[in-house]
Amino acid sequence: MSPAQGLRQLVHGRQDTADQPAPPAGTSSATPASAPRDRPQDVNRPLDHRALVKLGLPKQNRRHPGQWLCAAVVLFVAGLLIHSLAINPKIGWGTVGQFLFAHAILGGLVVTIELTFAGQAIAIVLGFVLAAMRQSQNPVLTWLSWAYINVFRGVPLIVQILIWYNLALAFPHLAIGIPFTSIHLQGSTNRIITPFMAGALGLGLAEAAYMAEIVRAGIVAVPQGQVDAALSVGLTRRQAMRRVILPQTLRVVIPPTGNQFIGMLKASALVSVIGGSDLLTRAQQIYSVNFEVVALLIVASIWYLVLTTIATIGQYYLERWLDRDRLGGDRSVGAAMSFRQRLTRNLSLRRQGGPGDLL
Amino acid sequence: MTARTDADPQAALGVGHQAGGHRPDRHRLDVEEVDGLGDAERRPMLEILDVYKRFDKTEVLTGVDLTVRAGEVVCVVGPSGSGKSTLLRLISFLDPLDEGLIFVDGEIVGYELAGDRLHRRKEADVARMRSQCCMVFQQFNLFGHMTALENVLLGPLRVQRQDRASAEPEARRLLESVGLGHRLNAYPASLSGGEQQRVSIARALAMKPKVMLFDEPTSALDPERVGEVLDVMRQLADGGMTMLVVTHELGFAREVADTLVFMDGGRIVESGPCRQVLAAPTHSRTKEFLSRVL
Repeated sequence: MSPAQGLRQLVHGRQDTADQPAPPAGTSSATPASAPRDRPQDVNRPLDHRALVKLGLPKQNRRHPGQWLCAAVVLFVAGLLIHSLAINPKIGWGTVGQFLFAHAILGGLVVTIELTFAGQAIAIVLGFVLAAMRQSQNPVLTWLSWAYINVFRGVPLIVQILIWYNLALAFPHLAIGIPFTSIHLQGSTNRIITPFMAGALGLGLAEAAYMAEIVRAGIVAVPQGQVDAALSVGLTRRQAMRRVILPQTLRVVIPPTGNQFIGMLKASALVSVIGGSDLLTRAQQIYSVNFEVVALLIVASIWYLVLTTIATIGQYYLERWLDRDRLGGDRSVGAAMSFRQRLTRNLSLRRQGGPGDLL
Repeated sequence: MTARTDADPQAALGVGHQAGGHRPDRHRLDVEEVDGLGDAERRPMLEILDVYKRFDKTEVLTGVDLTVRAGEVVCVVGPSGSGKSTLLRLISFLDPLDEGLIFVDGEIVGYELAGDRLHRRKEADVARMRSQCCMVFQQFNLFGHMTALENVLLGPLRVQRQDRASAEPEARRLLESVGLGHRLNAYPASLSGGEQQRVSIARALAMKPKVMLFDEPTSALDPERVGEVLDVMRQLADGGMTMLVVTHELGFAREVADTLVFMDGGRIVESGPCRQVLAAPTHSRTKEFLSRVL
């Protein structure tokens, strides 16, 4: 008996057996009494399943007509939108081109980049400290870390920036020194807390609360077995943290940090409320003079998009580099690959879609 | 107590501690040489004296007593939850014990005698002692961000503070001796389970341990890979390594172990020469367990 016939018998099983009892009266319509006589020929007709295999499977799912219709409607609406933007004389595309590379705008761009890096640097350092405190055996440190995270995540960022900017109203003078000695540095708050400083502090200290949670997740994600193995080899706890845990924490911490960095790029625009002379501030200053509001907002948008796109691409390559021990397997293979090989591989990855599909 | 009582079960098993001239064809793993002393003369390498351990209210170990002499291979079997793995963790002081003492080559694990009182050892000292009884884990626990070679090198470089030039040839040699000379630069994720476990054995050997602890080293492997790991362990035993092996591989135990220990409910129920325990267990709980496993 061929496998196909065997399968059929399994499926139709009982109806083929001669001593099958008659079905109950109620269900007779589904399986008429004559079925055992009629079916066998139908069941045993040879059907060459192997021949069907040779047909091959269709390469693509069948496109539904609705899919085409939907795509057409969306494209039409998008086209209308772009058209209306392009021909709208009130937007002033000429002004956009005129100010895109203006000195003031480029200066603002630099300030935005500086703010982002300064804020993120504060956040990363403080985030690691807060995460370590949170994992500490000392309940006071744990509680302090929890309180910090709660406060700085709970107060809106724009409020925090305003508080730092107006710090002088509460504390006109700032001083740091060694307690119980006369050694100290001090100065006027307004001189120390410039708009840039207020912006970087506001962005960085708030971001630190989020970074602390990200780092903590990273530490928790390293399996206990790694610690056991490190200790068993003879490393001290501190060495185990530095050589085994933290490097593996980075793999978990860096991807969300990339997201936070991109978020920070955009959040830095909030500094415009204190005249932080960043990209948005400069655009606002220009349109308050020439009234080309929309054009200058478009200029700012274009630059923010450029920055976030670059950051996204950078994040993609950073994550690939971090995952080298998962993707490549053998380090020597990765090292031996030329840039062109790498480029082709990346491009082919992108064409296939999936996680490599970025843009 | 597991000190061997019969004349020399190893002669009967066809394996000896003496490595000299034994199986010359096989690449021998380099371990501390143990000359052909009688059992009574071999010094105790690992002494576990009346050890108790509880987690919260659960009694995990209740009065465990065990001696492993230099060059001896002791296999520990028993149902899960009987405290076998906990015992290994206490020996390497990954968890502190509640009562009793453990000695490795005459040194108290985790504590030191000052005057007539015991004090907790300093962290660095605890770490140094851990490296003398390296553990091989069920889940391998290779460092995922390091290649096989870097995994083996970490201890020699960071704990023994050797310089790379002298440590690396030795690490390469160790990896070659476990059959992984061709995968030096592979990351754990691209190695099979058996290969990972052999790297982890090489990582432990790199510390030149006095005792090696194996925590179910083949339980996470698919059946085809079990043999390659057991082969390496067999070579170690042939080379005279002192080994305490928690395992379910009774075939391996029969062939390699000098002593078989059966644990249940946090205590040693029965122990003795391996063949004797396997062939004629005296305790009813041992009989029940072995009849189910064999």
